[in-house]
Amino acid sequence: MADSQGTREWLTARAAAWRQLAQHIFALRNRNRATLTEALDAVESYSALARDLATARQLAPRSRTTTGLETLYAQMHALISRKPPLGRAGLVDLLRVRVPAAMRELRTTIFAIAVLMVVSAIAGWWLIEAYPELIGLFASNTMIEQVDQGHLWTEGMVNIMPSSVLSVQILTNNIVVSVFAFCSGILFGLGTFYLIALNGLLLGSAFAFVHQHGLAPALFKFIIAHGPVELSVICLAGAAGTAIGESLIRPDRGTRRDSFQACTHRVAPVLLVGAALLVGCGLIEGFISPNPSYGLPVRIMIGIAYWIFMLLLLSGKLFRPLAAPAPPQRS
Amino acid sequence: MMEEHVRVQGATGVDLTLRIAGPGNRSYAFIIDWHLRLLLAVAWLMLATLVFKLGMQFKSYDWLLSVLPALAIYFLYHPVIEVALRGRTPGLRIAGLRIVTRQGGTASAGALLIRNLFRIVDSMPAFYLVGLICCFVTANRVRIGDMAAGTLLVLEDGDAAKSLERVGAFAGHSPLSLDALELVDQLLERWDSLESPNRRAIAASLLERLEPAGTGSERAASSAAPGDAELRSRLSRLLRPGEAASR
Repeated sequence: MADSQGTREWLTARAAAWRQLAQHIFALRNRNRATLTEALDAVESYSALARDLATARQLAPRSRTTTGLETLYAQMHALISRKPPLGRAGLVDLLRVRVPAAMRELRTTIFAIAVLMVVSAIAGWWLIEAYPELIGLFASNTMIEQVDQGHLWTEGMVNIMPSSVLSVQILTNNIVVSVFAFCSGILFGLGTFYLIALNGLLLGSAFAFVHQHGLAPALFKFIIAHGPVELSVICLAGAAGTAIGESLIRPDRGTRRDSFQACTHRVAPVLLVGAALLVGCGLIEGFISPNPSYGLPVRIMIGIAYWIFMLLLLSGKLFRPLAAPAPPQRS
Repeated sequence: MMEEHVRVQGATGVDLTLRIAGPGNRSYAFIIDWHLRLLLAVAWLMLATLVFKLGMQFKSYDWLLSVLPALAIYFLYHPVIEVALRGRTPGLRIAGLRIVTRQGGTASAGALLIRNLFRIVDSMPAFYLVGLICCFVTANRVRIGDMAAGTLLVLEDGDAAKSLERVGAFAGHSPLSLDALELVDQLLERWDSLESPNRRAIAASLLERLEPAGTGSERAASSAAPGDAELRSRLSRLLRPGEAASR
């Protein structure tokens, strides 16, 4: 029990400093930036607070004063270890370093996931070619009826709702699918495999069905502008999800939890960039794909250009620092 | 459930203790936030519907323009507010909680986004069942999103931090020990929330032990059953005897 006069004197002497510190913490916590002097002051106060806490733990370990100091110390610790907000430099670092690094790590997995999607699409095609009646498993009755009448379900989409609303709906749906493909990797990768295979199967079966009705070129025309990037991003999300599953099956850190955390932090930037790319896909799918005034060559060009843009973005080449000018050579 | 603590190495070498929030605290904060986001979304929905109805033309897709932003408010509330307020949503503030990293630091925007991404898994199949079960069975009471992001939900004892100032101020004037000082301070702090018979009994017992010899017995002789106000004032005088003398 801390009954000594010394304890009270110590408390009295330090009380003003703690009061000031509490106000300082409150002010700094509610701001995004601090000046250099404020930051140095905070570090100094943190050290002083650590000394006070150590003293309080010794003098009165179970007292409310010690709990109060613990709280202040924890708040100060959080404050001084705070990372700067994601500004331009952070964004450039993300696009120049972290995303390309994640892409290099995921290269093989992306290939494997793409193969899974292609194989599933072929399986879907074969299934509908062999058993046309099974299309009911993959498409709604309305879609089947429209195709039976010789029309694609995509025709007249812009007449039903404006392109902007259509875009938002489409990009939201695509982002949700990608997030699901990523997060379901937690089931040791099996959830991701299921989602990718299902998407491939749907794509293959849809193409086979419209092919039977002579509408495959029309569907190809519809998806070529946005499809390459959209499908690629879904494969990327699937690869990131598979990496998460692998981090749980074969942890590369001390524990599965550490490995899962580290892997998620490494591959999540790919998903972030993927989501941004899907916004572009949504806009293309809402404004260009359903619009009959765009011819096939234009659509192919848009699809290829956007896909190349995606490759450059993910490889970090879009944000590569400009080479320093060569020093003038003396003759 | 026993309160859990995590000790983290501070930058100065002195450990810091983080008090882990349990499923109850989490649920409390979540329910506050859930009500807030629902209210915001419904408010938008009502406002948009009103605007469209007042407009000259009411198109068939106008409902989408009302519903989509409302859905965005509902689903993006947590990621946006957590990132903007550095891991402290209104619900977390009211519940006295804070999101920190496993090292006790402020969670980065990336970590907070990852934490929210995995809500899809945690909220399955309904009512955050997966997340809730995870909180019961995992070390540090975390859900899958926290595991992925490397974050913890910790309790912040704001009252204890506030009492620091008061106890520090009283210590200079009062002859009481630190433990007694804190006890009297806490009783006075909670005075209004305690029932009258209970607070009177606690106050009388404390005064009997802490009041300087003579003072208590003299008062006992003058008044057999002191009232609430008198007990409170005598307790206050224990903390600030100098003020009592000056009065």
